[in-house]
Amino acid sequence: MEGMAGQKSSLTWVVNISAFLLVLLWTIPTLGLFVSSFRDRDQIASSGWWASFSASEQTGFVRTGTDDDATQVDGLYVIEGTVLEGDQELTAWGTRSREPGAFQPGETTEIEDGWQLTVNEDGSYRLTSEAPFEMRRGERIFTTTKAPANLTTANYQRVLTAEGLGRAFMNTLTVAIPATVIPILIAAFAAYALAWMQFPGRALLTAAVVGLLVVPLQVSLIPLLQMHNSIGIGKGYLGIWLAHTGFGLPLAVYLLRNYMVGLPREVIESARVDGATDFQIFRRIVLPLSFPALASFAIFQFLWVWNDLLVATVFLGNTREQLVMTGVLRELMGSKGGEWEILATSAFISIAVPLIVFFSMQRYLVRGLLAGSVKGG
Amino acid sequence: MELFWLAISTIAIGVFGCVAWFWGSNMILDTIYPPRGEKAGDNIRRANQIRPWLFLGPAILFLGLYLVYPVLDSLWRSLHNADGSRFVGVDNYTWAVGDSKFGESMRNNMLWLLVVPALSTLFGLIAAQLTDRIKWGNIGKSLIFMPMAISFVGAGVIWKFIYEYRDADETQIGLLNYLVTKLGGDSQLWLTLIPWNNFFLMIVLVWIQTGFAMVILSAALRGIPEETIEAAILDGASPLQVFFKIKVPQIMGTIAVVWTTITIVVLKVFDIVFVMTNGQWGTQVLANLMYDWMFRGTPDYGRGSAIAIVLMLLVTPIMVWNIRNVRKEIR
Repeated sequence: MEGMAGQKSSLTWVVNISAFLLVLLWTIPTLGLFVSSFRDRDQIASSGWWASFSASEQTGFVRTGTDDDATQVDGLYVIEGTVLEGDQELTAWGTRSREPGAFQPGETTEIEDGWQLTVNEDGSYRLTSEAPFEMRRGERIFTTTKAPANLTTANYQRVLTAEGLGRAFMNTLTVAIPATVIPILIAAFAAYALAWMQFPGRALLTAAVVGLLVVPLQVSLIPLLQMHNSIGIGKGYLGIWLAHTGFGLPLAVYLLRNYMVGLPREVIESARVDGATDFQIFRRIVLPLSFPALASFAIFQFLWVWNDLLVATVFLGNTREQLVMTGVLRELMGSKGGEWEILATSAFISIAVPLIVFFSMQRYLVRGLLAGSVKGG
Repeated sequence: MELFWLAISTIAIGVFGCVAWFWGSNMILDTIYPPRGEKAGDNIRRANQIRPWLFLGPAILFLGLYLVYPVLDSLWRSLHNADGSRFVGVDNYTWAVGDSKFGESMRNNMLWLLVVPALSTLFGLIAAQLTDRIKWGNIGKSLIFMPMAISFVGAGVIWKFIYEYRDADETQIGLLNYLVTKLGGDSQLWLTLIPWNNFFLMIVLVWIQTGFAMVILSAALRGIPEETIEAAILDGASPLQVFFKIKVPQIMGTIAVVWTTITIVVLKVFDIVFVMTNGQWGTQVLANLMYDWMFRGTPDYGRGSAIAIVLMLLVTPIMVWNIRNVRKEIR
């Protein structure tokens, strides 16, 4: 590569910049949701999340009080109140929608037949009239306000308690852990048999496992649900654990078998010569050596079960107490479609655990993928 | 709290049960055929014939009951009427052929099949090539890989937020509409924009699957012998030529694996459509259509199962291909 230094460094720049853009493109969607989960409803509705780091300008209107709120002071009829809430700052106001920012704070204007309206900088307004007010609805005051960028964790508190996500979190955990542990155990023994024991039909069984890897989950739903009903399991945790175990097994067996086949033959043969039984070899030698493969399957299965919606919907039922997080999220998308502060926060809580697992165990995940097998979903 | 104990006890019972089964059955086998005494040799041989099946037993039971049996049962159901009480032959399949929603689903599945694996593999290849050549490549890889840990439902929320629509005169809070209006266009309801809405759904899956493609392809790229690349550079090949004419042909096998794996995911795509459009506005796909027939309104298990079997048939070629590869490897 000597003699191409100049060309190489300009190329490095191009590579760096394109890589950066690509990474940015892939990260922005999640980032947007993450930032939004810390903003309150008004902020989300009035500006894009990318504007949330600077003070945002909002326009809106409030209505003054009506006849009932009027008091008499020095022969004048007066209605008082405020147009601001929280730590907003008033920059302009108006009385007509066409000119929402016609007046500065502190100015006074006459609306109609002797009604005087003053809006002060602190947001307080004072509407006066010499004759009694006659209006069914309050006058509109249009405001232009500035709200400082403030991020809040209030959404998280609300979502975890009021929207039932705390409960769903526990449900999901209850589904995910047994549904990860049980298939590993069953698969480890089967994988050992396929890798290291001699028996007729071994190749056929291995091929069958590979074939079952791609069976679409959807095919199994109704037959299994009916089977569960007829043997009395019905809808519930036991059913979903068994179902996830069944669906996860082909990948587990395949992954573990591939790994175990690669273990050094001499170690296992010499243990056999020393009189160890298969059970002992499996427990003392193969299982500890297979830890990386076990870990990588555990991550796959955990992510898969945690993120699953279909199996949970079918096998667990849809009452509020039974929903897993993806189920709650789906329900919220239907019922609170426009309330992005709820949706964003819920979504982020539901993806937080997988993300933690992902970033802390990425090494094993990659290794598992490279073992040449992936679950089709 | 009750739930917590239920979960803990299930794990305990499950783990204990498994261990008890494997350990106990092996014990019993060794008692029946003790590997000592005058017939030791004979006994060991016999025990070794039975032992594999003890190890495999639970797995075979689960695979049979939870995967093989359902396929056969679905096949049976697909040949019967709505509640399985009457044999109707291939009526459900002929119904499907004539049904407009089924036609739409097949068309959309084919579209997904063409677009998603191609784009995911392409982006994955680009991402792999780029991140392998920079210092912060591992961080970059992590971030591109990250969507894989996110559920389809979560991804649905994330992308619905990007596609969020506000009237043209309001502030846009959806990123896509914001950019479009900045560039002088009009804000759009992207998810109801037939037929383009299909592509907006596909982007979500491409976003998720690219990381997977990248990880596998990156490993394959690094496995290419250095000499072939050096030789090409000495012969004056440009970086692009090296990439397309030297590297890509050498990892064709891996590209095929990535492509087929994503194809399987695509065929079964359900959650994304389910939560984002629920198959409305011309975005129906097979898996969601099947769900509709099986669980919405009056269930028709016959038709639902027929759709499931069609799905099964579509993945069969890949299944056969996989099995052939593995058998080659075992021999």
